[in-house]
Amino acid sequence: MIAELGHYALVLAMFLGLIQATVPVYGARRNDPVLMGLAAPTAIGQFGFVVFAFLALVTCYVQSDFSVATVFENSHSAMPLVYKITSTWGNHEGSMLLWVLILAIFGALVAAFGSNLPIRLKANVLGVQSWIAVAFYLFILLTSNPFLRIADAPLEGRDLNPLLQDPGLAIHPPLLYLGYVGFSITFSFAIAALIDGHVDAAWARWVRPWALLAWTFLTLGIAMGSYWAYYTLGWGGWWFWDPVENASLMPWLAGTALLHSALVMEKRNALKVWTILLAILTFSLSLIGTFLVRSGVLTSVHAFATDPTRGIFILAILTLFIGGSLSLFAWRAPLLKQGGLFAPISREGALVLNNLFLVTTCGTVVFGTLYPLILEALTGLKISVGAPFFNWTFVPLFMLLMLAVPFGPLLAWKRGDLLGVAQRLFGAAAIAVVGIAVTFAVEGGGPVLVPFAVGLALYLMAGAATELVERTGLLKVPFGTALARARGLPRSAWGTAFAHIGLAVTLLGIIGETQWGAERIVEVKPGDTISIHRYDFHLDGMTTRQGPNYRELAARFTVHHGGDLIGVMEPSKRTFPSRGTDTNEAALMSRGFAQLYLSLGDVNAEGAVAIRLYYKPLVLLIWLGAVVMAFGGALSLSDRRLRVGAPRPARGRAAMQPAE
Amino acid sequence: MIKLNEKRSSAMAMKLLRPVLLALALVSAVPAWAVLPDEMLSDPALEARARALSKELRCMVCQNQSIDDSAAPLARDLRVLVRERLTAGDSDQQVLDFLVARYGEFVLLKPPFNWHTALLWLIPPGALIGGALALFLIGRNRARPPKPGEDERLSQAEEARLARLLQGGES
Repeated sequence: MIAELGHYALVLAMFLGLIQATVPVYGARRNDPVLMGLAAPTAIGQFGFVVFAFLALVTCYVQSDFSVATVFENSHSAMPLVYKITSTWGNHEGSMLLWVLILAIFGALVAAFGSNLPIRLKANVLGVQSWIAVAFYLFILLTSNPFLRIADAPLEGRDLNPLLQDPGLAIHPPLLYLGYVGFSITFSFAIAALIDGHVDAAWARWVRPWALLAWTFLTLGIAMGSYWAYYTLGWGGWWFWDPVENASLMPWLAGTALLHSALVMEKRNALKVWTILLAILTFSLSLIGTFLVRSGVLTSVHAFATDPTRGIFILAILTLFIGGSLSLFAWRAPLLKQGGLFAPISREGALVLNNLFLVTTCGTVVFGTLYPLILEALTGLKISVGAPFFNWTFVPLFMLLMLAVPFGPLLAWKRGDLLGVAQRLFGAAAIAVVGIAVTFAVEGGGPVLVPFAVGLALYLMAGAATELVERTGLLKVPFGTALARARGLPRSAWGTAFAHIGLAVTLLGIIGETQWGAERIVEVKPGDTISIHRYDFHLDGMTTRQGPNYRELAARFTVHHGGDLIGVMEPSKRTFPSRGTDTNEAALMSRGFAQLYLSLGDVNAEGAVAIRLYYKPLVLLIWLGAVVMAFGGALSLSDRRLRVGAPRPARGRAAMQPAE
Repeated sequence: MIKLNEKRSSAMAMKLLRPVLLALALVSAVPAWAVLPDEMLSDPALEARARALSKELRCMVCQNQSIDDSAAPLARDLRVLVRERLTAGDSDQQVLDFLVARYGEFVLLKPPFNWHTALLWLIPPGALIGGALALFLIGRNRARPPKPGEDERLSQAEEARLARLLQGGES
């Protein structure tokens, strides 16, 4: 019954969506406040129905109702409750429902907090938002219905893919989707502006918080996914340039560019057309990402052809939205007046340069990901584009970008003084040079690029701090005064600094993990001791244990560092009989920012077990940097001037709110 | 394995047999991860080269994994093959050529530059240079000539030209 109710709620949400997609937009054309006013209540109603549908599905999973096909396919009665809940979205159908749930959340947020939006803009934004929603409701209802029943309900489910039976599944997809789908709002704003043929700095002021919100979630989502892969796959890799990962990196890069160009638009009323184009491209890349992951086209072009309904449906959505929005852009963008001239050497110029690099790196990832698919479809030739390609293309481009990052916030708007900024960055450069020299001295041999990369990270950090130091007068005025000034600084300035510092922190982590780590792959017997980087691992013994829906072989290692006992590590291998698959539960121990990583292989005939042992210095900085970046985003978002729905000065209110 | 657990707690003698039983229980299991100890070469320099090469080679039956990362049997075969070639005295390039001759370009994770990958390789630098050029042209079109006295500074292009002239002399 509950499944049918959920199904019904989803259908109702779709019909509400149809109303929201048409009536307010028509009302905006006719300038009819009643019709336009329909947008907000329908958006909130849609949200209510989708939440109901989602909770209905969660209930089916919690109750292990195996008469529902997706529950049977992806759940098991013996699973712990948390995994029963998370397996709701650990499959295609459920994850698409999560997708529309988040879309509905964002729609409802605009409806609820957008009371100070001009009514026409609000009607158009929510209308466009609902076009996307309806397309995806149709997709779910026609090709991926999570509520389908099985005639003869089986007694037991097939279990969730063991790799997904992890707390990561509770956090990673929701965060990632909040990011992906969050960019639908900026897309809707862009389309609304094109429909209206009108865009001003106030528009950018509304767009930027949404872009920032989506970007912050996407940053956390990607980092979480990377850490999950790192600890769960058993060989300590954290980024594989896998198409699925690239699918999330593409909107992140475009979204980062959007964030920066929206800044120029808000402050200087320039780059309007470009900002709108970026908003369209960012969400288009989110859609392409959804297509890549959900259509099965990645497994092989042929897998896509064997079960084409879903793939072709998403492809149709993709064509409709990307093609349609770009056509609309080509048609209406010339109407938008350019404003705000600036010299090439200026804050605006620096942000344009930032956009150039980000769009180029984004294009590199897009083409690197799609090129093999396109080439095979067109010519039948099969090539592989993997990590080495991206290391050769993406990495140098991104390094160049990072070199330019500290200049942006230090340059003045309109016309900046490059030489002056270079002088102000002297301190940062000096720190970098010291870092390079020290790394050279310590490293001795090794790749020449490594010390320079360390220098780059230090320079980026110090460069981001330079602005704060200058603006607070630290080192020049008494500490108390500097502290008072620091408190007075706009949060967005802190946000910028944190985001840039986070980037440097991640870079340091990457250098540490890839260049200074150590690895040992050996076979050990109980009683043996092996060492890595002054850590000694003693294998005490192995045991087998029974878990709720798996059995596992665990090995117990006591770990000593320089003779002192520092703890016990227990890597294990789990076997899930319901699926007949194994997972590897690596044991991790953090030592400062470094980690010891131990994973278990097979036991050989003599009773020795193969192990992989890693010492990974600074590895935690990779994800910590992303958290710092997201913290910067959140700080900036909490800035009074940007806060979603924050009250604005009375003058602006009177001017921008003709109705309501 | 469940039974094994119960027996273990009851009989002391089982403790001695445990590793053997474990091994038997795990015989059917797929290997948990790539690069196993028995594949590795005793010469560390050669092994390091093998690892580096393995990261460049695709496991053809996997989804975008290098043979260094993959646990698939084919990846293992390829890793062993790479090590055999290296032990036989092949250079890194010879090993790659050998594998390409056998399996096609698909095996390389970094596609070689040729007519059908030219676009792929040219897009990153092309986008950067093309974008910079477009920005330069747009900027030049948009910049109005400054009124006398309004702006005496040199434009960026003039600065660049001046730097060229000062550096390389008149050409």
